[in-house]
Amino acid sequence: MLQKYRQITIVTLLFGLMVWYRHLPQKEMGEQRISPPASPTPPTTPASVDFQALQVVYTDGTYIGDIIDAFYGDIQVQVTIAEGKLTDVSFLAHPNDNSTSQSINEQAMPLLRSEALASQSEHVDIVSGASESSKAFQKSLASALKKAKG
Amino acid sequence: MKRQTVRMGMPVTIDMTDSFAKGKDITEMFAYLLWLDNVFSTYKQDSMVSQLNMGYLQKEDYPALLKLIISYGEQTKQETNGYFDMVRKGFFDPSGLVKGYAISQVAKKLQQKGYANFSVTIAGDTQVVGNKNDRKWKVGIRSPFNEKEIIKVLSLANHGVATSGNYLRKNHIYNPYGSTLSDEVVSMTVVAKDIYDADRMATASFAMGTKGITFLEEKQGYEAYMITKDKKAYYTSGFLAYCQ
Repeated sequence: MLQKYRQITIVTLLFGLMVWYRHLPQKEMGEQRISPPASPTPPTTPASVDFQALQVVYTDGTYIGDIIDAFYGDIQVQVTIAEGKLTDVSFLAHPNDNSTSQSINEQAMPLLRSEALASQSEHVDIVSGASESSKAFQKSLASALKKAKG
Repeated sequence: MKRQTVRMGMPVTIDMTDSFAKGKDITEMFAYLLWLDNVFSTYKQDSMVSQLNMGYLQKEDYPALLKLIISYGEQTKQETNGYFDMVRKGFFDPSGLVKGYAISQVAKKLQQKGYANFSVTIAGDTQVVGNKNDRKWKVGIRSPFNEKEIIKVLSLANHGVATSGNYLRKNHIYNPYGSTLSDEVVSMTVVAKDIYDADRMATASFAMGTKGITFLEEKQGYEAYMITKDKKAYYTSGFLAYCQ
């Protein structure tokens, strides 16, 4: 009878030991505990931005951008840099190599109503003007400026 | 209520005269334009048009909207004796038509919502509907020689205005064609009831050079103002009716 109690006691003790063992903090057992990252505290003052470092420095000269396909033909931009700054942007002429364009016969100007241009000073709600294929322009301009950065 | 954003790489303005104008309706229109750009953009790699041009989208899988635009392009090509063509250098490029289509669709959607007085403008092309504060909308044509100058003012209600052109910058002339006759024209402004029509015809007629104004004079439903390199303007017989 006593032997049985001893066995039970030993088993219980062993069991207890096991439970205690498993509940030990892992760290103490030599394993790394993965702790969740501390939530970042917001900065009380904004980080200072080094605007000087962000300044782009252009080398003086003339640079030609990539030829970019715009709807009516190709756009190629040329930039001039003087004293490190962009001073001129111009477009280079490009022939349309669309082979389906029909040949245009020489003919006199159509006998329609015509007038000289006159400047209008009144206020308007909307302005309608020839808008270049802006993306093509931006792409060619960006490529020219990239070359200017050197 | 007037709001502006950038879509398709261009400034977009929706100007509502109706006093009950709601910002969320304008927001919805801007979202529609973004979605449209994601379909038809020739610059965005993932657009349906780009996928088509890269060979990833097969004809049998073309969605209805794409087929519609293609059919519009075919129709316009026939009407303009081939001067309007969405196939360029072997690639499909609907941009000569999509801007007008986009504005026109936005105008229709706003009308369906009950708006009757507003304008929708994308980079110099516009559809005006109804009134601007108890008067007609005033649309100015920009000088091709000086971007700060207006050389003509139109008074319109329920019309579309589109201008196609090339650029003149100081002494540098952008010549999209290189042929001696067609580089005479620096700006072509077209007025029609619907901006979709004005836009596609501005695109096509500009490509015709000086013949463009004759083409539009002979066509029903279009008035135009063509500016040449020598700072002269030629206009169709019904055009002046739109000016003051």
